[in-house]
Amino acid sequence: MRVNGKEVILSKNQKLVDFLAINQYDIRKIAIECNGEILPKSTYQEVILNNEDRLEIVRFVGGG
Amino acid sequence: MELIINGKKTELDCNTVFEVREHIGNRQDIIILNGFQIEENCKVKEKDCLAIIRKGVLPKRDELESMMMARHTPNVYKKLKKGKVAIAGLGGLGSNIAVMLARIGVGQLLLVDFDVVEPSNLNRQNYYISHLGMPKTEALKKQITEINPFIQVAVRKIKVTEENVKELFSGYDVICEAFDKPEMKSMLVNTALEELPDIKVVSASGMAGYDSGNLIRTVKVMKNLYICGDLENGAEVGRGLMAPRVQICAGHQANMILRLLLKIEEV
Repeated sequence: MRVNGKEVILSKNQKLVDFLAINQYDIRKIAIECNGEILPKSTYQEVILNNEDRLEIVRFVGGG
Repeated sequence: MELIINGKKTELDCNTVFEVREHIGNRQDIIILNGFQIEENCKVKEKDCLAIIRKGVLPKRDELESMMMARHTPNVYKKLKKGKVAIAGLGGLGSNIAVMLARIGVGQLLLVDFDVVEPSNLNRQNYYISHLGMPKTEALKKQITEINPFIQVAVRKIKVTEENVKELFSGYDVICEAFDKPEMKSMLVNTALEELPDIKVVSASGMAGYDSGNLIRTVKVMKNLYICGDLENGAEVGRGLMAPRVQICAGHQANMILRLLLKIEEV
């Protein structure tokens, strides 16, 4: 699959929440677009990723 | 020929800008021709836009607005006047963005913040000592009235939550996310993109410290989401927030909002 433009190979389908945890994303501080659509936070637990998916993950840091 | 002088269609029999100035005012007056202040005489042509401005004199209200916008690139002013932008968070980003959008004449602004001005804001936020203790919404609205009295400013002194995003921001062209805390940024961006699919969001992430200003940029990360910042440097213990990088980032956000109001979606 593609994550922020880079190719990532999944050896098997993976739960989104597991992918986020392994890559140290804090669910409270991100936004995700999956295949061109915003992914509602309420669906994160159910989503299963496969190698066809295109993800854009934005990580917010503090300051303003 | 027909010229637009200080915002009014005027029929004048003049061939050069100096002749127009002679007719309207005097030799010390500033001349702005189609967005550019000129020193040397040149020819005028049909439909040219001229501002002839006397220094140090407050013009009549109906002339003031056109004079204020005389340095804009021609034809953007009317589009901006129709623009509706909501700014969520009136700190270092939001207060500076609001002032920039007021200066360029965005017609309707909504300013949202629950907090009051306090001393640690003054190192980067657009407030004065005289505003200490005042709600940021009121302090900013007061300043904007002094900068550009021709725009509508609505304020909401309220904390933004998942529950009120739709009610607060529907009907606006652009939401400017200008919060401090990453959880709040994420909450607003997610809720707005989910519940208001026609609205563009211009957000910020990474402007703390004093790393190179050149690292701050604008990125279109999703269909309706733009992020400005270096995307890395968060505010934390040992890394503060200071006016220069915060204002560079605010400038990126304001410029992207300006572009979106002119229907340009590329960064």
